[in-house]
Amino acid sequence: MSDLTKLTIAGARDALRKGDVTSLELTEACLSAIDGADALNAFVHKTPEIARERAKAADARIKAGDAPDMCGIPVGIKDLFCTKGVDSQAASRILEGFKPEYESTVSQNLVDAGAVMLGKLNMDEFAMGSSNETSAYGNAVNPWRREGDDTQLTPGGSSGGSAAAVAADLCLAATGTDTGGSIRQPAAFTGTVGIKPTYGRCSRWGVVAFASSLDQAGPMTKDVRDAAIMLQAMCSHDAKDSTSVDFPVPDFEAALTGDIKGKTIGIPKEYHMDGMPQEIEDLWTRGKEMLADAGAKIVDISLPHTKYALPAYYVIAPAEASSNLARYDGVRFGHRAKLAQGDGITEMYEKTRAEGFGAEVQRRVMVGTYVLSAGFYDAYYNRARKVRALIKKDFEDVFAQGVDAILTPATPSSAFGLGEMKDADPVKMYLNDVFTVTVNLAGLPGIAVPAGLDSKGLPLGLQLIGRPWEEGDLLNTAYALEKAAGFVAKPAKWW
Amino acid sequence: MSIDEGTAAKVAKLARIKVEDDALPALAEEFNTILGFIEQLNEVDVDGVEPMTSVTPMKLKRREDVVTDGDQQDKVLANAPDAREGFFAVPKVVE
Repeated sequence: MSDLTKLTIAGARDALRKGDVTSLELTEACLSAIDGADALNAFVHKTPEIARERAKAADARIKAGDAPDMCGIPVGIKDLFCTKGVDSQAASRILEGFKPEYESTVSQNLVDAGAVMLGKLNMDEFAMGSSNETSAYGNAVNPWRREGDDTQLTPGGSSGGSAAAVAADLCLAATGTDTGGSIRQPAAFTGTVGIKPTYGRCSRWGVVAFASSLDQAGPMTKDVRDAAIMLQAMCSHDAKDSTSVDFPVPDFEAALTGDIKGKTIGIPKEYHMDGMPQEIEDLWTRGKEMLADAGAKIVDISLPHTKYALPAYYVIAPAEASSNLARYDGVRFGHRAKLAQGDGITEMYEKTRAEGFGAEVQRRVMVGTYVLSAGFYDAYYNRARKVRALIKKDFEDVFAQGVDAILTPATPSSAFGLGEMKDADPVKMYLNDVFTVTVNLAGLPGIAVPAGLDSKGLPLGLQLIGRPWEEGDLLNTAYALEKAAGFVAKPAKWW
Repeated sequence: MSIDEGTAAKVAKLARIKVEDDALPALAEEFNTILGFIEQLNEVDVDGVEPMTSVTPMKLKRREDVVTDGDQQDKVLANAPDAREGFFAVPKVVE
């Protein structure tokens, strides 16, 4: 039975349609795997009753012969998505006990497609973090370990619970969200695939907001084909999100031909960072060779403002967060502090937010408040938005030169040990997003594909960045890279 | 640009987050580290560049100005820490 959880979405879809397995059997296998994996702390709210109910409904639908691809597929949902009647607290103490009266559009799209929710997945608080260590639930743990070393490693962040759950075969796939790399970095740290689509592809409605101009949802899966299948089910135009685009959603899976002959792949020179480990450089070179062998043309390109992406991000994201998180005031939902005699409403706000927000969230809200405050708005916030325009133009220029996709490393290192960054200053942790954050600032689609193991036996990922709205083409290039890389390693089970 | 404890306290107040006095020096130091990192943006020539307002060039959709939902007071109040008689209850707002 345990092998059922190792299925891909595509494999399970075919087995379900042939009648070789039922959704209920798949679901039960996942629920047992989840119960046996508490040491990973990936699932933080389990929903077995909902899962069984949806699995039975999916089985009926499959029997009736008109089931979409995701029908009967057991998935995990990141805690950032509001799910009706189920705890949705963005891994924050301030939303403790919050049970939304509504369902996010993305998770509703999955429900409508017949997908089976197994539970809610761990993450960094409000998606602010790169190691899962800011979670109010305590961190999720990476199922991967260094060879001959049982140090617990981070699954990355913020979608660390999603990445850990998919890598450990607790579910067939999971939802993630990505504001600066929160899908792609954890995917790279766990040997899984994660795609952040073009800004506007997935509705943000019902997804707890961090930085609204950067946030996008996307799937985290075991391979590229699954990413195509699940992304298609998640995307839609949604009148409830004014930035959701009214374009038809293409058949992403049909785009996977594996043929990339004649495609032009750009290699940005600015992504050669000082002090980058040789293993990452080597992986990048191998990736280039693999795409060239598959018939792509490799060209050197320049994205001159790359260096300024992280500092611009750390103005824009906290600024938007300080505004978005103003709603957590102890009045309408979640936590309210116990008040002292004579405390008024200001004390209630201040105590509630001090108790409810963790250190990193407080830090970002306050940095955001500062850069938006009178006298600094132009110097910080407006300047960052101008630099953002230049970063986007860098990409537009290379796409105009005929570049179809851009190949970069996904992360500057493999997964690091939990607690290893404890004493580092916050900026050091922010450097994890150095290769991914440009993509959010420019609103582009980006995908992380596992491409090899480092000398410690840990997975490493490569990132491909595509043209806006051309996820199908991007997925196809990723598919060619995946085939050439032939990454099949799995973490040895210790949990 | 260097942030002192007084500025840190002011920012905490604006953000409505209670920070104890003894935590202010460390907070000011963190702000300075982050702002020091952000200062790099001053190296960029942004003359004549418009600040980005929308990452995807598109017109926001409009809809009829009509009521599309409502009449769900119980749901609106369901998650409130303190709801009474159909309202959110809060401590005193004015002296």
